[in-house]
Parts: sequence; C-alpha cells; structure tokens
Amino acid sequence: MSKALGIINFAGNHINVRGLQFYRPVGAISFLGRYRVIDFPISNFSNSGIENIHVYVRRKPRSLAEHLGTGRHYNINSKRGRLHLLFAEEGMESLYSNDISAYIDNIEVIESASSEYVIIAPSCMVFKQDFNALLNQHIESGADITLLYHSTEEAREKFLTCHTLELNKQRGVVGISPNRGNKKSRYIFMDTYVMKRDLFINLIKNAHKSSSLYTLMDSVNLACQEMDVRAVAHRGFFASITDFKGYYDANLDLIDYKAANSLFDDDWPIYTRTNDSCPTQYFEGANVKASIVSNGCLIEGTIENSVLGRGCVIKKGAVIKNCVILPDVVVGEDTVLENIVVDKHVRITKVKEVKGTPENPGYVKRGDAL
Amino acid sequence: MKHNDMLAMILAGGRGSRLHDLTNKVAKPAVSYGGKYKIIDFPISNCANSGIDVVGVLTQYESVILNSYVAAGRRWGLDAKDSGVYVLPPREKADANLDVYRGTADAISQNIDFIDTFNPEYLLVLSGDHIYKMNYDKMLAHHKENNADATIAVIEVPMKEASRFGIMNTDEEGQIVEFEEKPPQPKSNLASMGIYIFSWKLLRKMLIADMKDSESNHDFGKDIIPALLNDGRKLMAYKFKGYWKDVGTIDSLWEANMDLLDKNSALDLGDSSWKIYTEDTNALPQYIGAEAEISRAFITQGCVIDGQVKNSVLFTGAKVATGAKVIDSVLMPGAVVEEGATVVRALVADGIRIGAGAKVGDANSENIELVAKRVKGEE
Repeated sequence: MSKALGIINFAGNHINVRGLQFYRPVGAISFLGRYRVIDFPISNFSNSGIENIHVYVRRKPRSLAEHLGTGRHYNINSKRGRLHLLFAEEGMESLYSNDISAYIDNIEVIESASSEYVIIAPSCMVFKQDFNALLNQHIESGADITLLYHSTEEAREKFLTCHTLELNKQRGVVGISPNRGNKKSRYIFMDTYVMKRDLFINLIKNAHKSSSLYTLMDSVNLACQEMDVRAVAHRGFFASITDFKGYYDANLDLIDYKAANSLFDDDWPIYTRTNDSCPTQYFEGANVKASIVSNGCLIEGTIENSVLGRGCVIKKGAVIKNCVILPDVVVGEDTVLENIVVDKHVRITKVKEVKGTPENPGYVKRGDAL
Repeated sequence: MKHNDMLAMILAGGRGSRLHDLTNKVAKPAVSYGGKYKIIDFPISNCANSGIDVVGVLTQYESVILNSYVAAGRRWGLDAKDSGVYVLPPREKADANLDVYRGTADAISQNIDFIDTFNPEYLLVLSGDHIYKMNYDKMLAHHKENNADATIAVIEVPMKEASRFGIMNTDEEGQIVEFEEKPPQPKSNLASMGIYIFSWKLLRKMLIADMKDSESNHDFGKDIIPALLNDGRKLMAYKFKGYWKDVGTIDSLWEANMDLLDKNSALDLGDSSWKIYTEDTNALPQYIGAEAEISRAFITQGCVIDGQVKNSVLFTGAKVATGAKVIDSVLMPGAVVEEGATVVRALVADGIRIGAGAKVGDANSENIELVAKRVKGEE
C-alpha cells in the first residue's frame, strides 16, 4: 500500500478554457480523441501504486462522474483502493469557491485517511510522472514540501495562465508567482505538491483562518519563507490545459509521433473509459495525413494535421486542416474546416467553410448544427 | 436469469484445424477478427444484448488463452449478481472419470449438474466460432409462440451450396420434418446455423439417454436432432436474415474481414444499439503519418501508418512503415510491415514482422497467403 494519498485538484479561478469549459470541468474535456484530460493524473497515480485517490469537483459534475464511474478502468484495486469523488459546497459563482474551501468542506475525509503523505496533482495538465519516485525523492531530501516544475524557453508565448517558481541555486523555492509572459526562460509550476498529510491539514486550516481568498498555492508561497520547500524538474511532454490555445496546441503537438512517445509508454498506460466503438472505416477517396484518428469514425474526406475524436463522420469532399474535432461530430460534403476546435455532437452540413487562424483558432460549440 | 429464464451454452472446444498456424496455440473462437475483436465476442455479446445473464463456455482444445479471456465477464457486462460467464473445460467428477468432450451433445451432458444449479426453463446452445449479430430473445419468443420442443435457427443459402450444410426440410408452418446432414441432393436451402433452443427438461432426458448409447456420436446434428424427430417432437425452424459467417478457412476468414470494407457492410459493427464488446486495450488512437495513403480500409486503435494501405483490415497495434504497401490484406494484432515491404492478398498472423523491402503474397493467387513466420528483409 502506498504511503501517499493522491489528490486531484480542480481548475482554479484563474483558468479559462474558453467555450469547452462552459459544459464540463477541465478534467472532463476530451483530449487527443479518446482520452479526457483527467485520465493523465489518475493513470499517473494508479501506475505509481497510489490507489487511494480523491478527485475534487466544483461544478458540472455529470460528465466527470460518468467518465470516472467506480474507477475500475484505471486499474485501481477494487477492494483496497478507491477513487473518491469529493464535491465543493460553494457554488462556482462565489469568489470564495477555491481549493481551500473545498478541502475544508471535506476535511473529515482528509483527516481520516491513513496515508502519511499527500500528493496533490492538477486535473488540467497533461504529463507523465512517476509519483512514487517523486515521493521517495521528497522523503530522502528531508524537505517539508516538494513542488514539481517544467523548465521552458517559451514562457512568453505559452503557459500564460500558469504560475512560475523562483528557485535559488540549491533548487529551493523562493516564491511562486503568475507567469506574466515577460521572460522566455521560466520554471513553470505544474501545480503538483508532495508533503506530509499533517502539514497539508495545517496549511489548509491556517489558510482558511487567515483569509477566505487564500488558495493552497498562496499558502505554500507564504510557507516558502519559513519552511524547506524544494523543487523537482519534470522531463518529457508537458501541456497545460488552462486556456483555449493551450488546449488546441497540446492536441496538435501530439500529432508528432516522437512527441507522443515522450508522453506515452507501453509500461505506463494511460487508462480511459472504453466506449466499445468499432474500428474506423476509411472509404475510397479518403485522404488522411499527419493526423490522430479515434475508433468508430467513417471517413471519406481529407484530413490533415488534425485530431479526430471517436465516432465522427467526415463526408466526401470535406477538408479538415489543423483542427481538433471532439467525438460524434458530422462534417458534411465539401465543407472546409481550418484551425477550429469543434465540440461534441456538432453537425456542420449547411455552412461550407469555418476557419480560424493558427494563432487564434476558432471554436464551434457543443451540439451546434451549422 | 430474471429476464428470460434461458441459459446459454457456447461450444468453443474446436481447434479449427483448417486455419492452420492461426490455431496452433489458440482455439478457433479465440482467433482475432474485424480489427479489435475475437470471434467469440460475437456469441457472447449477442447473449449480453439479448438479456441472457448466464453463459457457459465449453472449452477443450488449447483453452488457456480462451479460458482467461472469457472468464472476464465484465467485458460484456455479464458481471452483475446472478450473472456471469463460466468457463467449462472437461473436469473430473466424484461419480465419473475425467473424459474429453466426445461431441457437441456430450459437452452439454457432462455439464448437466452445472445447468441444473440455475434451473432454467430453456437452454440455448451456440457455436463459439460464427460471426453474426442475432437477438436470441426474439428466437425464444418464436419458440414459445409455437409451443416448440426445440427451435433451430436457419439461414437461406444458395441452392448450389446447400449440400455443404446441415439442411432442414420444413412444412409450410416452418415445422421441421426432416434433417439432412450435407445432402447430395438438397430438398431445401435452409441451413442450420448450429443455434438451438431446447426446453431444458426434455433435452436433459434426451442427453441422459444419449450418454448411455454406445452407438451414438454424442452430436446434436447427428444424434439429438434426429432422435427428437423420431420421437415426433415439435421442432421449429427460426429463419434468420442478416450476416452470418462460419470462418473455417484462411480464405473465409480473410473474406469475412474484407466484408467490413463495404460501404453498407451487412454486419454493421457501428450499430450502437447492438454493440459487440471486446477486450479493452490501452492503445493510443491511430497515428497516421505525413506520407500515409489510406483508401478503403478498416483500422483500429494502436495502429501506426506511414505507408500505403488499400483494401485492408488492420488489427490493434499493426504498423505499416514508410514506403511499405499493404493491399487486399489482413494484418492481425501487432503485425509489422517494415519500410518498403509489400504485402498483397495475405493474412499476416499476430505479431509477425515483414522485414524491410520484403514481398509477400501475390495479386493473382488463388488462395490467400497465410504469413505466420517472420519474413526477413533485405540486408
């Protein structure tokens, strides 16, 4: 049994994945055709042998609850392990609805857990991480808190809704602050924390007493002054699904099979709920290049540099370029889509052209008929 | 069995020796089909979709893989209370020696005790190696409406092929008057699909008699059905319309896969009201490279395609490298076609590699080439 309890946090108030987030929590957004974003943190926990997992939900729980179910598909031991959905009591509209208030709402569950440590991971970031190795590193270092970060040279254009870590030469964390996009080299904070459960409970309670606006990140930022807070670098693919562009780019970036190989690994499976779709049928005249295609599609048209979700129908003469198409979308004959994210259950049959730009991709909302 | 009081027994013990190397290590029902399925997914999914809760699978030949595969009843949703998939290989009993299943009927006879524990009103007997979608609940309704003692599903086959099948001769009401196994001069074109519904009490009696008969082959077609007819029992034919295939040979397995390429494929695996369930894999979605060319193909997750694929079915994890060509072929799970290699009119078995630049199969061949050993590439 792992020494750690896994906690998956919901997207904070500074996060806005335009359009998509209106219908579901970020964790439940379809990713790369067959996954949901939250499959990544849960699979990371499961593969690390952490089988007691708390998933926090703040709003629109339906799609997330449906997708997670009992958690069996995440390979969590059905007797010893547990995937626990925990709900925030404050509504979404409240300024005070943040992670600390959700932890306080559920403090009994956190207090009654038997694990010595907690690992907190975000529901809205995509990466592969062995949390067990991270925990061991944390224990060996003797630090009070360990934070995970990803080093980037693209902090000006990317990760603009993320936070950055300021580190001293010994990889000690001096402070956490928002990425203002004013410097290209940054240590992007991956919203991932390791600490003792007792310390976590103390931080929550103190934060709650100090100010109802405090988040866990604020408390840890303050704690940097008096505690030993250290940072560990993450290597491999990292994407933050904390804004619309970040979502779009992460999907298209993974079309490159090499990039995908730095995220996916046969020994580190990413689990998801099966839909029992049949394989995809390509008809005569289909022209598919540099794309990711899910099962259950019927393809007669042209698809280039795009991600196609489960059960899509792409009719004759349709052209799809640089698009992210979510499941169950129908694209009619001779329709041209470029640089667009199309949400679930959309039918585009009358409109013949929908285009965005690579810098500013467009969005077609869930269930639309164009 | 709350729904229909019918228990299903699937005969899955056969080797399918005409599938050659494909069934060296697995029984025929465990052979892969249609990109992501195994043949036995069809009868088990049909049972699950027909509201049958308890399914016994009778295994014998090379049963290790098949046993562990079907034991996970959760795959087909057969995991509720009072529901399950039971693996039934021959076993030693207190009052009988361990004996192989001597025939299709004997396989059921040796499990009378198992069936009795559920006390069903009806017993459905199926083959584990046919590809089709069928609602057995409708067949049961037909059985009840006609007050039949047994109902046998039949399908119309072309008259000139009828002599290859077990043929049912019926009266105007569809009652079976005669059964002929592979008749040289068939009187009808209604072929038995090897799908039977029996009233369990009656079948139980027949089986106990059959077990004691030293002359019997212990076979449904050869012994039980003729005996029921001799007894003057009411046997009804239930006409099935739709896709049905017994994939006994490499050619017919290949053909059944090719059938999926048609625009309105008669099997329609995409029908969400009658899904065929199978093992869930953790494979990635399909990765289609920048130089890939795909036309008329049936491809599943885990495939990585950088070359050309035409008129072909690719199973989980199959890979086609840059410059490789796969035409009129079937790549079973994990088959790899390396750079510049060509595969034409072939069926490449599970996990087999076709080396760079190698050529297998022939566009003008009479039979489909089975590739079950690694093919070396050009050095």
